[in-house]
Amino acid sequence: MERALFLIFAVTAIGAALNVLLRRHPLHSALALLVMLGALTGFYVLLGAYFLAVIQVVIYAGAILVLFLFVIMLLNVRAEEARIERRPYVRWLAVPFAALLGAEIIYLVRVFEENPSPSGTSVGVTEAVGRELLTTYLLPFELTSILILIAVLGAVVLARRERR
Amino acid sequence: MIPISWYLAVAAVLFTIGTVTVFVKRNAIAMLLGIEVMLNAANLTLVTFSSYFRELAGQIMVFFVMVVAAAEAAVGLAIVILLFRHRETLNVDEAQALRL
Repeated sequence: MERALFLIFAVTAIGAALNVLLRRHPLHSALALLVMLGALTGFYVLLGAYFLAVIQVVIYAGAILVLFLFVIMLLNVRAEEARIERRPYVRWLAVPFAALLGAEIIYLVRVFEENPSPSGTSVGVTEAVGRELLTTYLLPFELTSILILIAVLGAVVLARRERR
Repeated sequence: MIPISWYLAVAAVLFTIGTVTVFVKRNAIAMLLGIEVMLNAANLTLVTFSSYFRELAGQIMVFFVMVVAAAEAAVGLAIVILLFRHRETLNVDEAQALRL
């Protein structure tokens, strides 16, 4: 059962990520990203990180992605045209890099196959996360509010229309 | 129980796809979407380790990553809007100078 769910989520996530890559229109890419975020939410629930699953839906799908969709629609973005290749030899660099990355993945899978895998279901409930967040990680937690404030100010200042 | 390596493999594949998106796309918004894919792949790795080793720090980290991603999206999209307003395009190849 768990494996079946994992496979469903994995196929959905990777398929949606491929869609993000292959779609030419940014709006389609953004909607594919939404599907990928949903699949990752499924992973988080499988891993017992319930708080993060909720946060993923509320913040990522609810706030960040809506911001993206809003900007895409605001700017009325067109689909990407096929572009002119400036440096054709760069394309051949893809082969060694892909081989390197594949080797890395295989190596990691080998390494962690040997390690024992304790089940994780009780970690990650909202109470535990909240307690950690407001005791051990109180200072970083407060600093993020300043970060968000700066980001909001920066966004407003940047996107403001100048009066002449 | 699912082996930990399965999750790591999925995260690695997602991260790769996100990286390729950033490199291949020339549209500024599509590149930002690629960055979001990469961030989510990293988050999946963190949650996986956090869950398998029963250590909450990883999940707290993911929380902070999400906050930073929100800030990054807000500022990044503001820059995209500014770029579009001054150049009438979202192609990053045409925005080679920082000054407008």
